[in-house]
Amino acid sequence: MSDLRELYQEVILDHNKSPRNCRVLDEPDARHAEGYNPLCGDRLTVYVGTDGDVLRDVSFTGEGCAISQASASLMTEALKGLTRAEIEKLKDAFIKLVTTGETTNVDLGKLRVLGGVHDFPMRVKCATLAWHTLNAALNNDRNTATTE
Amino acid sequence: MTQTRTFDPTQVRADFPILATNVWCKPLVYLDNAATAQKPEAVLQAIDRYYREQNSNVHRGVHFLSAQATREYEGARERIAAYFGAERDEMIFTSGATASINLVAQAFVRPRVGPGDEILITGMEHHSNIVPWQLVCEQTGASLRAIGLTDSGELEEFTFAANTKFVALVHTSNALGTVNPVASICARARERGIPTLIDGAQAVPHGRVDVRELGCDFFAFSGHKAFGPTGIGGLVGRSTVLKDMGPWQGGGEMIRLVTLEKSEYAAPPARFEAGTPNIAGAVGLGAAIDYLDALDLDAAAAHERDLLAYATDAVKAIEGVRVIGEAAHKAGVLSFVMEGAHPHDIGTILDQEGVAIRTGHHCAQPVMARYRVPATARASFAFYNTREDADALAAGLHRVRELFN
Repeated sequence: MSDLRELYQEVILDHNKSPRNCRVLDEPDARHAEGYNPLCGDRLTVYVGTDGDVLRDVSFTGEGCAISQASASLMTEALKGLTRAEIEKLKDAFIKLVTTGETTNVDLGKLRVLGGVHDFPMRVKCATLAWHTLNAALNNDRNTATTE
Repeated sequence: MTQTRTFDPTQVRADFPILATNVWCKPLVYLDNAATAQKPEAVLQAIDRYYREQNSNVHRGVHFLSAQATREYEGARERIAAYFGAERDEMIFTSGATASINLVAQAFVRPRVGPGDEILITGMEHHSNIVPWQLVCEQTGASLRAIGLTDSGELEEFTFAANTKFVALVHTSNALGTVNPVASICARARERGIPTLIDGAQAVPHGRVDVRELGCDFFAFSGHKAFGPTGIGGLVGRSTVLKDMGPWQGGGEMIRLVTLEKSEYAAPPARFEAGTPNIAGAVGLGAAIDYLDALDLDAAAAHERDLLAYATDAVKAIEGVRVIGEAAHKAGVLSFVMEGAHPHDIGTILDQEGVAIRTGHHCAQPVMARYRVPATARASFAFYNTREDADALAAGLHRVRELFN
């Protein structure tokens, strides 16, 4: 049972219940991308508003399991105001954490609570879906981002 | 068969070695039988003995082992055909229900339909009984229509159209558990001369099937859902229909004579079995069918009915749970959603308790769309499950409730 608490930490349960930045980004220059996990049917839309190289605002809508919802919510909180390069660094460190459990010298802040996911290989894609979708939105990729 | 058939849930449990294992240091509670069933010792031994003592290619060799392997393979065919009330030559080995349906779609239906014709399915099909027909429609210009579903998970009233040329329907739904009145639908189709296929993948593990009683032209099933190995299954086809069908795949085994200009095809069932078959799989499936044949399947079905009712009551008593699929006639499938907890989280939490269920769309996305859920959690039962297994499921769900409140 301790493993379960490791996965479903209070922060995750809280972000699942009350996701932050869970809204359509309603501004003229906002871009968005759709993400889909064909394995479980989780669907996300991630919206981004940028000022040059800086991510001014980011939000998401969609439905999915607690891990994918919390991951999307925590991601939006962590990324506002960052540059593309900073986002890229965080993304790589985050994906490394949830796939291998290894940390790097990049400070992931609250995103660390998703570290427990690496013990549940079937759930890693739930945690990474938001990030793949964010990437597609930033790159203006019209294809649905998938975890496959 | 003159032997006395028996059923004792405790005794059958002992026949399945994996049921005595632990997961995460807890006794395995296997409730994912609709995905694949576990294998009894008799099946494991038959496969092992085949590879250790009888392995050879079938039909071609003149040596001792080849004769042994051929006898085992054809013996399995004969017993499986008899089990389903069919003749030996009506039983085609395939890799499973999916291949069986694709075979019928390409070798029987595709040459017989065109623009303006209709293929009729239901709204509760597994993807394997949807996509092969969509392919045929793309190839021929025919159209596909699905019989609608009621809120409780039963088929709505329907009529055949003047242009309905083929009916393919699921016997027992993997996502809802509904057992459809396939015999009466086949009879109605037959009156109008419309050929029928039954997807029996989920029906075989829950009771005896007689294809003559069903009155279908084709019956598709998978070995692994019926306590046999993966990668083997069958298509039982009416001999009068099979004889007029061209081949599906070309290769060895399915021919009578080959020249560089043209080939003559073998008679059914060999016509539909190109290439070296899954011999060990067929032997294992034969052993699984023997195992089923020796059981009192009516008593087993009664046990499963009791279990399903017991589990359904226990699960529905949990706050926020909604059961998806409450047809009057159901087999051991309990699909549900829980408010505030996504099926995937339910699946992970139950797994930590040793309880294996399936979560997701169950390869039946149109069913999910019909009941407006992205996914469900599904507990599916076999005759070796017990009330203790249902208790473990309910206890795990209470744990989910605690965590997600």
